[in-house]
Amino acid sequence: MQSKKTFLLIAGILFLVFSLGIEVRAEPFRVAVILPSTIGDLAFSQSMYDSLVAVQKEMGPKNFQFNYSEKLYVLADAGVALRDYATKGYDLVIAHGAQYGSVLAEIAPDFPKVSFAWGNSRDNFSSKGVKNVFAFEIHAEQGGYLNGVLAAKITRKGIIGVIGPMNAGDCKMYVSGFKAGVLATNPKATVNITWTGSFSDVALASEAAQTHINAGADILTGAAQIQAGAVGVARQRGVYWLASQADQTSLAPEIVVASAIYEWRPLLRTLVKEIKGGTRGEKVFTLDYSNDSIRMIINQSVLEKALRGKAEKGTEKALLGKTEKDMKEGKIKINIE
Amino acid sequence: MKEMDQRIVRVLASLTPVGAFLLAILIGAVMLVIFGANPLIAFRALVSGAFGNMNALADTLVKATPLLFVGLGICIAFRGGVLNIGGEGQLVVGALSAALICLNFPNWPGWALIMAALLGGLFAGAIYGGIAGFLKAYFNVNEILSTIMLNYIAVFGMNYLLRGPLIDPMQIKLGSFIPETARFPRATDLPRLVPTRLHLGVGIAILFAVLVYILLWRTTIGFRIRMVGKNIRAALGAGINVKGYMVLGLLLAGSLAGLGGAVEVLGVNHRMFTDGSAFGFTGSAGFNGIVAALFGQLHPVGTIPASIMLGALLTGANQMQRVVQVPSALVGALNGLIVVFVVGSEILRLRQVRRVDRTLRVASTPLSEEEKR
Amino acid sequence: MTGFTAIDIFSSGIRLATPYLYASIGENFGQLSGILNLGVDGIMLMGAYAAFFTTVKTGSLVLGLLAAGVVGALLGLAMAFISVTMKAEQGISGIGLYLFGLGMSELLFKKTLGEVQTVAGFAPVYIPWLSNIPVVGEILFRQNVLAYGAFALVPVSWFVLYKTPLGLKVRAVGQNPEGADSLGVSVARVRYLAVTIGGILSGIAGASLSIALLNVFQENLTYGMGFIAVALVYFGGWRLSGLLTGAILFSMVNALQLWAQVRGIKIPSEFALMIPYVITILVLAALAKRRIHAPAALNKPFERGEG
Repeated sequence: MQSKKTFLLIAGILFLVFSLGIEVRAEPFRVAVILPSTIGDLAFSQSMYDSLVAVQKEMGPKNFQFNYSEKLYVLADAGVALRDYATKGYDLVIAHGAQYGSVLAEIAPDFPKVSFAWGNSRDNFSSKGVKNVFAFEIHAEQGGYLNGVLAAKITRKGIIGVIGPMNAGDCKMYVSGFKAGVLATNPKATVNITWTGSFSDVALASEAAQTHINAGADILTGAAQIQAGAVGVARQRGVYWLASQADQTSLAPEIVVASAIYEWRPLLRTLVKEIKGGTRGEKVFTLDYSNDSIRMIINQSVLEKALRGKAEKGTEKALLGKTEKDMKEGKIKINIE
Repeated sequence: MKEMDQRIVRVLASLTPVGAFLLAILIGAVMLVIFGANPLIAFRALVSGAFGNMNALADTLVKATPLLFVGLGICIAFRGGVLNIGGEGQLVVGALSAALICLNFPNWPGWALIMAALLGGLFAGAIYGGIAGFLKAYFNVNEILSTIMLNYIAVFGMNYLLRGPLIDPMQIKLGSFIPETARFPRATDLPRLVPTRLHLGVGIAILFAVLVYILLWRTTIGFRIRMVGKNIRAALGAGINVKGYMVLGLLLAGSLAGLGGAVEVLGVNHRMFTDGSAFGFTGSAGFNGIVAALFGQLHPVGTIPASIMLGALLTGANQMQRVVQVPSALVGALNGLIVVFVVGSEILRLRQVRRVDRTLRVASTPLSEEEKR
Repeated sequence: MTGFTAIDIFSSGIRLATPYLYASIGENFGQLSGILNLGVDGIMLMGAYAAFFTTVKTGSLVLGLLAAGVVGALLGLAMAFISVTMKAEQGISGIGLYLFGLGMSELLFKKTLGEVQTVAGFAPVYIPWLSNIPVVGEILFRQNVLAYGAFALVPVSWFVLYKTPLGLKVRAVGQNPEGADSLGVSVARVRYLAVTIGGILSGIAGASLSIALLNVFQENLTYGMGFIAVALVYFGGWRLSGLLTGAILFSMVNALQLWAQVRGIKIPSEFALMIPYVITILVLAALAKRRIHAPAALNKPFERGEG
C-alpha cells in the first residue's frame, strides 16, 4: 500500500518535472518560406501564406514563427534566400514553387541539420542520397474535377470557358481535371480553353474572359493570379465564376460560385510533427481531397441562385457528394494532357 | 597649380552621383519607416547582403555578370546610334541555344560543350539582334519597336519549347509538368571558385569588356561604329556603309547579351526554365544592363564597376527584404529612385566640370591636353 | 455564328485599343516636343492604382479618373524636370521612372488596400440610336465611356497639334529648338507642357485598365503595355492616323488570336500569342517606303548656345 502511494507520488513528481521541463525547453518552431509571387496574389503564394498564418494562430505565436520571402521568381535569388535561411537555423525551410527544385537539390545537402520541404513535386532527391528534403505534391486536378462537375451542372448553355496562364505545372493539372470533371458529368458540354502565356498578363486574361463570354460561355474558371482580371469581367457581365487555388468569394461575391482551394494546413501540421519527431526528410506527401488539402469553399447563396429552376439541389452534398466519395476512394482517375 | 584645382574639382564633381544616390537612399529610409522597418537594420542588411562575406561577394559578382554582358552590348549599340531594348529577349535566346547544344551532344567532352554552348549563345544573340538591325537599316523599322516586340516573341517561343519539346522527360514521368529542361551534363558546369557560387563567367565578362574596348577604340570598325553614332551625315559623306553599321551595332549588342544568357545558364542554373516571363531567368538584366552601361558612361571598362554596384544593390536588397520583411516592391521602387536620381544628377557633375574648364581656359595658360578636349 | 464572332473580334479590338490609344497619344505629344519617355508603363501603373484606390474609397468613378490624371501629371512633371531641366539621359531616366512606378504602385496597393478586389467600373454605355445600327453600331457604339474618350482624343489631338498655336510650338520645339528659341518660344516650358500632357494621358490609360476594362488592380497590372504604347508611336510615324492604325491593328490581332484559341485552333497557344507582335513588325516593314518625319531633336537635350 505504501509502496503504491510512493510510486504514485514519484510518478506524479516525474510527470510534473517532465512537463515543466518540456515547457522550459520549448522553443518556437521556426519556418521560412520562399514564394514565387506576391502574398496577395489570391492564388498560389497567398494560399501558402494564409495557411502559415492560420497555423500560427492555431499553435500560438510563441510556438510557431515564420519568415517569408516573396516574388522570388529569379532562381538565383531564390538560391541565395534558401542558403540564407538555412544558415540562420530555421527548423523548416519551404521552397513553395515547382521551379525551385534544381536550386534546392544543390543546397539541401550542404545543410543536413535543416529540414527542407518542396512542392509541387514527388521528387525528394532521396535517390541522390539527400536525406533532408520532404516533397509534397498537391493534386490540383482533383480541385479542377470538382469544379468541373459543378460547372457542368450549373451551365444552361452547355458552354464553359477556361482561362489558363501557361499550360504547365499545377495549372495544367487543374485545367485537365476541370475538363475531365465537366465531360464526366455532361459529355455534350463544350469546354473552351485559352492560355494567356504568362502568370501576370491580367489584361489579356480579362480579354480572354470577354471572348469566352462572347462565344457563349455562361460559367468560367481559371488558374493562377491572372484570375483577378477574368473575375472582373465576369462580374461586369454577370457570368458565374469558379475559382481555384484561393478563396475568391470576396473578390466578386455575386458571381463566385465556389473556390477549389489549396489548403496547406494539413501539410504544415504534418511537417511540424515529423520534424519535431526527428524526421528530416526522405518522405513524399500526396496532398489531395482525401486529406483535406484540396477543399471546396462554396458560396451558398450564389450556388442556389445559379441552380434556380434546375432539378439539382443547391448543396455541396447533393451536387458533389458522390464525386467526393469516389475521389476519396480513389475511384476517379484523371489523365493530365 | 590650376590643373591641381581642376583635378580636385573633378574628383568632387564625380561625387555628385554619390550625393544623388544618398538622397535616394534617404527617401528609401522614409519608405522603410512607413512600412514599419528600422532603416538602420535594413541598410545594414543590404550592405551585408552585398558584401558581408565571401558568399555575399560571390553572389554580387554573379548577379553583376549578366548586367555586364548586356551593358557591354549597350556600349557598342548606343555609341553606334542604335537603342537596344531587346536585352531580355537576347538573353533568353542565347540561353536557349546553349541549352539545345548541351542537351543534344551529351557525349562530347566538357570543354568542347562549353565552348560550343557559349558560341551558340553568342551567335543566337547576334542573329536575334541582327534581325532588329536588319529591319532598321533596310526596312526603316525603328529598333525600339522591333526590339520590344522581339522580346515578347522570344519569351513566347521559350515558353512553348520548355513546356513542349524541350521539357525534362523526368517532369512528364513525375507528372508535375514544370516547364524546364533536363539538367545539363555536369561537364558543362562552368568551373567555380568553391565553396562560393562565383563562376568563370565573371572572368569571361571582364575579358569581353577588354575586347569591346579594343574593338571600339583600337579598330577601324569600332571607329566607324562610333562615327555613325555621332554624326550620320559625316559618316555617309566619308563613304561609310551606314546601313551595314546599324546592323552591326545591334548584332554585336545582341551577341553579347546572348553570350550573357549562355553564361548565366551554364554558370548558375544548369538548366533552362521559365516562369512565364523573361524575368524569372534574366532578373531584368536586360533593363538593368542598360542602366549599368549608362552609369559606366558607355565605356566598357566603366561598365564593370557600374555592374558590380548594381549587382550589389540588387543582391543586398533581397537580403534586406528578408531581414526586415518589407514587401519586395519597396526594393523595386528604390531601384527606380536611385536610377532616376543618379542619372538626373549627371548634369550637375558635367556643369561643375565644364565651369572649371571654362574658368581655366579664360585664364590664358598654354592649352593642356585636357583643356583642348 | 461566324458573323456574330466577327463583330465580337472587332468590338474586342476597339475595347483593347483604349489604353494603348491614351498612352501612345500622350507619348506622341512628348516625343513631338523632343522628349523620349520610356517610363510610360510606370505612369500607367500609378494612374491605375490612383484611379482604383479613389474609386474604392469614394465610390466615384469620376473622382478616380481625376486622381489618375493628377498622378499622371505629377509624374509627367517629374519626367519633364529630369529630362528638360536636369538634361538627364532620357532613355534611362525613363526606365528609372518605370521601375519606380512599378514598385511604388504595388507598394501603395499593399499598404492601402492589401487584398485584390474588384470594383464596379465604367460599364458599357450604349449610345442611343447609333448603337442599333447593325454591325457597325454593335462594334463602335457599345463601348464604355473611356473607350469613346480615347477615340475622340484622336481628332482632338490632331486639332490641337496642327491647328492651334500650342501644337505648332510643340512640333517646332521638337523639330528645331534653336529656331523656336530664337523666335522667343520657351523651349523648356513647351516641353514641360508636352511631357505633362503625356503623363496625364498615361495616367488615364492606366485608369482605363483598372476602372473600366479590368475592374481590378494587381501588381504589374499593365505588364509592359506602356512599352508597347511607346513602340506604337514609332509605328505611327508620329502621325495620329498612324497611331490609331497601330493601336487598332495590335488589339484586333490580339482579339483574333484569343478567338482562335477559344475555337480550338490546333496551333500551340504560344504561337497564337506571338502573332500580334510579329504582325506589327511585318506591317511596319511593309510600310518601309513611307515618308516619316521623326522629330529632329528627339532625345537630345536642348541647351541654349550649343549647336
